[in-house]
Amino acid sequence: MLSALLSHDRPASRLLAALLVAIVVGLAFAPFLFPGAKSLSVAAKILVFIVLVASYDLLLGYTGIVSFAHTMFFGIGAYGVAIALARLGPGWGAVALGVALALALSLVLSFVIGLFSLRVRAIFYAMITLAVAAAFQTLASQLSDLTGGEDGLSFKVPEALTPGFSLADAPFLGVSLDGRLLSYYLLFFAAAALFLVMLRIVNSPFGRVLQAIRENDFRAEALGYRTVVYRTLSNVLGAGFATLAGALLALWLRYNGPDTSLSFEIMLDILLMVVIGGMGTMYGAVVGATLFILAQSYLQDLMRIAGAALGDLPAAGGFLAALLSPDRWLLWLGVLFVLSVYYFPAGIVGRLRARAAAAKP
Amino acid sequence: MEAPAVAPAPEALPKVRTDLLPLLLVPLLALAAAPLVGSFPTWVTLTVAGIAMGLIIFIIASGLTLVFGLMDVLNFGHGVFIALGAFLATTVLGGMADWTASQSLAANLAAIFAAMAVAMAVAGAVGMAFERVIIRPVYGQHLKQILITMGGMIVGEELIKVIWGPQAIPLPLPAALRGAILIGDAAVEKYRIVAVVIGLAVFAAIFWVLSRTKAGLLIRAGVQDREMVEALGYRIRRLFVGVFVAGSALAGLGGVMWGLYQQSVIPQIGAQVNILIFIVIIIGGLGSAGGSFVGALLVGLLANYAGFLAPKVALFSNILLMVLVLLWRPQGLYPVAKR
Amino acid sequence: MSGALLALEGVHTHIGAYHILHGVHLTVPRGGLTVLLGRNGAGKTTTLRTIMGLWRASHGRVLFEGADIAARATPEVARLGIAYVPENMGVFSDLTVEENMALAARGARRAAEIDRARLEWIFGLFPALRKFWLHPAGLLSGGQKQMLAVARAIVEPRKLLIVDEPTKGLAPAIVQNMVSAFRELKRTETTILLVEQNFHFARALGDTVAVMDDGRVVHAGTMAALAGDEALQQRLLGLALAAHH
Repeated sequence: MLSALLSHDRPASRLLAALLVAIVVGLAFAPFLFPGAKSLSVAAKILVFIVLVASYDLLLGYTGIVSFAHTMFFGIGAYGVAIALARLGPGWGAVALGVALALALSLVLSFVIGLFSLRVRAIFYAMITLAVAAAFQTLASQLSDLTGGEDGLSFKVPEALTPGFSLADAPFLGVSLDGRLLSYYLLFFAAAALFLVMLRIVNSPFGRVLQAIRENDFRAEALGYRTVVYRTLSNVLGAGFATLAGALLALWLRYNGPDTSLSFEIMLDILLMVVIGGMGTMYGAVVGATLFILAQSYLQDLMRIAGAALGDLPAAGGFLAALLSPDRWLLWLGVLFVLSVYYFPAGIVGRLRARAAAAKP
Repeated sequence: MEAPAVAPAPEALPKVRTDLLPLLLVPLLALAAAPLVGSFPTWVTLTVAGIAMGLIIFIIASGLTLVFGLMDVLNFGHGVFIALGAFLATTVLGGMADWTASQSLAANLAAIFAAMAVAMAVAGAVGMAFERVIIRPVYGQHLKQILITMGGMIVGEELIKVIWGPQAIPLPLPAALRGAILIGDAAVEKYRIVAVVIGLAVFAAIFWVLSRTKAGLLIRAGVQDREMVEALGYRIRRLFVGVFVAGSALAGLGGVMWGLYQQSVIPQIGAQVNILIFIVIIIGGLGSAGGSFVGALLVGLLANYAGFLAPKVALFSNILLMVLVLLWRPQGLYPVAKR
Repeated sequence: MSGALLALEGVHTHIGAYHILHGVHLTVPRGGLTVLLGRNGAGKTTTLRTIMGLWRASHGRVLFEGADIAARATPEVARLGIAYVPENMGVFSDLTVEENMALAARGARRAAEIDRARLEWIFGLFPALRKFWLHPAGLLSGGQKQMLAVARAIVEPRKLLIVDEPTKGLAPAIVQNMVSAFRELKRTETTILLVEQNFHFARALGDTVAVMDDGRVVHAGTMAALAGDEALQQRLLGLALAAHH
């Protein structure tokens, strides 16, 4: 039963299985295990990013194409919900319309970009997506009537998801049963469903062809697979799932702006999560997103403390303080990223699986 | 040694045919824009600005396209050298305030050339380190290459923020280069003329090297058939490092010129220009220095015309140009013949 | 002829996951012309590329003048005095004939520094090159490109000349030109290793011969012996000959 749910793609490592169970249990009972607004937000962000990172891995890990436009699709999803709710007012119809329009836009856009650049030369794809994403970001901030520009959009969500909504008067296990809790579980089940669908996709015959193309596109072509078709399809799929992840994010935050869903920094975060977790394994997305967001949410505080402590030192301390200041978070991210790609290309999941395989006789 | 008696097969002398069509696109674009812009003086101003911008972009793009052609290395970190050059210019020109404040053109130019020399030297040196640390370990692995060089780009940009701070730094033009001169009714900014002259000089130098020196011949040969260059006894690795360092230095030079063109420098300048450069080298044909020249001029001109006619879609105009070019010639304007 | 200039001893080569050479033993005597025969896919080109260091031998030794060069990089191998003409000729099509020749002459910084007498001698072998001297090599016909490729390999004196199928796809008149050119080359006592499918060409030029099959040398001897033994030809080259008639 569980195996079928996981599309027979088992973790294949006891340690990995334990880690995954811990993460799933942690996320499933987060409102009860880690009460507090901040920790619930962190858990919700982890849920959204698991879907987003897994959808990116569909491209990078399973198909071997590098896209820098993934946040564009993420942003389209978030803006779709945000604009629909801001214009039409809170209601499930508006949510559905926003998601549908965003999905349609993403699918068309990814199809055109994919067909166009993947047909010409696979390496073009990275460059072209970079250019298109940058242009899109500029566009989003210029169409401020629609998108709220740099300030973004705040909006009301359907009543059932608002903190004011209450399921029961008495708190359950010390947690009040309100709309926030409902929102969280909406996110949880949506993310779980999307993740399982993606797991099914990569373990389907379609997914195996993608991997064959990644390993050797000449051979896959020789075997009669139209690599352009498969690559474009995986591109479209990845974009679709990213759009849905964006919609979930907007529903949770009740706000969307360029920095929450479109910025290049998020693109880097995604890359790092994929690499840390392990490219080419859906479970890598779970592990990578969880660890990364936990670190991002709590390590920056540590850096702030360290930076402040060093700031008291004279001269050399000043430079060190500049290096350790939380504003330089991205610097360390970049270094970590480069080192991970060099020394840790299989990521955590790859390592754990390799260790488990080596342990077996 | 006597020649054996062999009757050469009678064959017609093939005509030397050069493909000038893409080159014609540049004046065509300029002419097509004229009626849209409407006023002739405005058109002259925009065209000069476009050519100046195009030449600066070419200086930056030439190294990147050759690096790709020679070793199949696509360096997403090229922008670091642009930013480095631009920030070094703020430091050097700031330190030579007496020279830049002087009304003497000679003093002004001396200050600019000093900034360029420093930028090229430092960017070249950093390029050498970048090649060794970032690029060498991932030769032949495209996926990792893209990821690693992108990582290098981010680290470089952050280090620039650590050194120069994250905020924009003004980079005013030296006194004698400020303002515009009137050519007929058209106002043409003085610095743009300087940029055109320097750009053409660099263009001439690059093409002299590529067509008249042995190193240049080796680069052109290596872009086509790396193995054969090695089989002739040349170490292509060394050649590649040389091109990488020269390309980085040129990016540094371009960074100085771009910073002066914008008259202010932000740490994201590298990432911004990087996008233009990618469009240019795709349009030109990856590996073709001549193609990147045509592509850069097209992008520079179009950016200025579009910025004037429809500022909101200016960024998309370049993407549209790329799409049109690729529909016409899928491998770019001047595809490089590979084995 | 005094001993072997080049000798391969038990050379194995893998390309990716494929095991192509399974222990090649090959001797190229000094001063002679050795022909490597065999059907397509026998490993002839891989053997040449392994000698040049373009593929790395996973096992075995490649001895040039007694020194093992199996681990050396291609440019170093070339600098020992080995010239190589690949199957695709490796002509730089964007460069002129002159520039192609100037690159091949490592000692010359520009075309004008190429040894004049030697150049005249090469023009004598391949008159077309003089005619097209300033033209981009990409405009040459297939035969002319092959001439340029061979001319490049001999623009400076080399100890060993390795040529992969110089007659591939050439018109008979051009093949005759090639035969004459190689005859002239043999007179200069250059050691030559040729891969050839055209047995008539091979027989006209070869001193010694080695036949490859399935990644091994299955026969080695003098060309005279092979040319005189119809049964042996049939057994070793039946397919290859049939394919050319």
